[in-house]
Amino acid sequence: MTRIWLLLLGALATVGFAFIVLVAVPGVMLQDVPRPAELKPYTPEQARGRAVYIANGCIYCHSQQVRDPAFTTDVQRGWGNRATVPADYVYDRPNLLGTMRTGPDLINVGQRLPDVGWQLLHLYNPRTVAPWSIMPAYPYLFAVRDSAAVRPGERVVTVPGEHAPPPGRVVVATPDALALAEYLISLKRDYPVPQRGGTGDAANGRSAHTMP
Amino acid sequence: MSTSTRPTPVGSLDRPDVDVRLRADLSSRGPVLLAFGSAIVWLLVGTVFGDVASFKLHLPDWLVQQGWLTFGRLRTVHLNTMIYGWASLAMVGVSLWIIPRLVHTELRYGGLARTGIWLWNVGLVIGNLGVLAGYNDGLEWLEMHRYFADPWLVVGGGMVGIALLVTLAAREADHLYVSVWYVMAAYLWFPIIFAVGNWPTFTGVESGATNWFYAHNALGLWLTAVSLGAAYYFIPKVLGRPVYSYQLSLLGFWTLAFFYALNGMHHLVGGPIPEWMITTSIAASALMLIPVLATAVNLHVTMVGRFGALRYSPTLRFVVLGAISYTAVSLQGMLTALREVNRITHFTQWTIAHSHVGVYAFVTFVMFGSMYYILPRLVRREWPSALLIQWHFWLVLTGIALYVIALTVVGVRQGLAMLDPQVPFQRSVEVTIPGLVARSVAGLVLTAGHLVFVWHYWLMVRGRAPARETLVFHEARPILYEPEAEGALR
Repeated sequence: MTRIWLLLLGALATVGFAFIVLVAVPGVMLQDVPRPAELKPYTPEQARGRAVYIANGCIYCHSQQVRDPAFTTDVQRGWGNRATVPADYVYDRPNLLGTMRTGPDLINVGQRLPDVGWQLLHLYNPRTVAPWSIMPAYPYLFAVRDSAAVRPGERVVTVPGEHAPPPGRVVVATPDALALAEYLISLKRDYPVPQRGGTGDAANGRSAHTMP
Repeated sequence: MSTSTRPTPVGSLDRPDVDVRLRADLSSRGPVLLAFGSAIVWLLVGTVFGDVASFKLHLPDWLVQQGWLTFGRLRTVHLNTMIYGWASLAMVGVSLWIIPRLVHTELRYGGLARTGIWLWNVGLVIGNLGVLAGYNDGLEWLEMHRYFADPWLVVGGGMVGIALLVTLAAREADHLYVSVWYVMAAYLWFPIIFAVGNWPTFTGVESGATNWFYAHNALGLWLTAVSLGAAYYFIPKVLGRPVYSYQLSLLGFWTLAFFYALNGMHHLVGGPIPEWMITTSIAASALMLIPVLATAVNLHVTMVGRFGALRYSPTLRFVVLGAISYTAVSLQGMLTALREVNRITHFTQWTIAHSHVGVYAFVTFVMFGSMYYILPRLVRREWPSALLIQWHFWLVLTGIALYVIALTVVGVRQGLAMLDPQVPFQRSVEVTIPGLVARSVAGLVLTAGHLVFVWHYWLMVRGRAPARETLVFHEARPILYEPEAEGALR
């Protein structure tokens, strides 16, 4: 090659083509994904919890997607009663689909583990409830105080065993920990796949046969 | 390309071809040294963060009292410093050195390029401190703050790109060598994909699709493009032998540009994005066979019959291993994109191993090799110690081999465990532990290699090395001899 313009225009064309195929066209197609009636926008508390989830990099070990039962065993494993579809994510900005499962998938964790107390204890130290877990402990989302210094309305987490605070002291959840727990128990995509009137489900990406 | 077979000393610098290269090297010296110096600082930073993050995966109660020390933040800083600090800035240095040489002129707007490198560094400091403090955009590979950190990279990278483009426009060589295509195209591609990836309006699965459109192309159209450009330069250069086939390099370049750009959705196989997008990316991943084979044949056949030279040139050793790793990582990537493989390997440590074959065994090796070649021509001294180079090479080779083997093996075991619903999830965690521990050991070996390299680099730029009259390697094999380097020493 001897022409600079040919090189640069050609390079622009290839990346432009990929942009059209993978960003622009899907953008148009996904515009009218239905908003499921059962799925509510995040409350301010849940949105705060989602921000804590992002800030602490939960996504690097936890995915938020259930794949088709014809393709994998996500459903058999109990991570959801169906594969997730684009409509399940209409309020997610940014996406937290994830690419690692060092820990289990979380898109339906609110269905499996709906107890805030359990979530808080697990966040304080995962090994209190699962000795084999390699998830980090998050003591910085909690405060350890004298039991006399607990203010009304504060949530005390009862920690058993070797991770328990010294006698006379208690573990109190910070607002960040409470928000994160609220967000986690809000994660549920257990309603039926929302249907759109008459236009098929092309944008939902699932036809009768999803396994090629 | 020199075809000299004996190291006949060059008496003067009257030779026009030598003069051109000397002028080119002189013009790019400042910006290239700045880019390399910054890259090396980021390499050390990224190494420390990678090591600590690795240990934390099997010591989950270690360093947990502060938020900035949590795994999710350290890992993010490791990735961002290695990709945008180490690899990208090393590539900026290589680009600024290679383009003036290939188009037979001086680097234009060198001051602009220098400013650009500084701005890029400022953006990285802000972005990574932000991540540690909990300011994270939430998209993989795009965690640094969209408004406070990323614009520095866009403007800084743009300044380097402008300097390169102006230099290219002022070229005194008519023919554009294959390395020029790869490097220049990369500077066009990167700002486009980076802007798309950071665009703030994408929601839901569209956000996921755009995320992987960016992240895969950051590897394919940025890291791979510049690194292949460097490999295409150094292998023939060190061997003194032209690249095997011009037609193949043309085929390889355009098919890479076309197919690689479409690959991103294979990171979401089985996920909730429209099926046809994933299928498109799987097909494009399979079609990567064309550019990969074209490049592999071109680079590897150029080497055939000259493998002996590997013993004498550290540049060749690193770059050729890098090129082999490129072939390997690409074939592995194609395989991984296939649904039948992906249902096992997706979401496992296999992916982490795969990404390190790409970013370390390919990109980082090519960058080490490039630095071994370029630095003596900038500071006009030879590397002080062949032994330190040997240590560097064997440490990082051992380290990355252990890293990749360990995580690949446990990744498959983890994937098989997760695929069997009868096996409790706990098992999929337990099978990875030996691999995670081995990876931490590998990380320490890599760290040792990096320390040797950085120490050696320091000796070199600080002028602590004894001045040498001749090149370290040139006595051994005349094939490696380059007359202009000899001239540069005088």
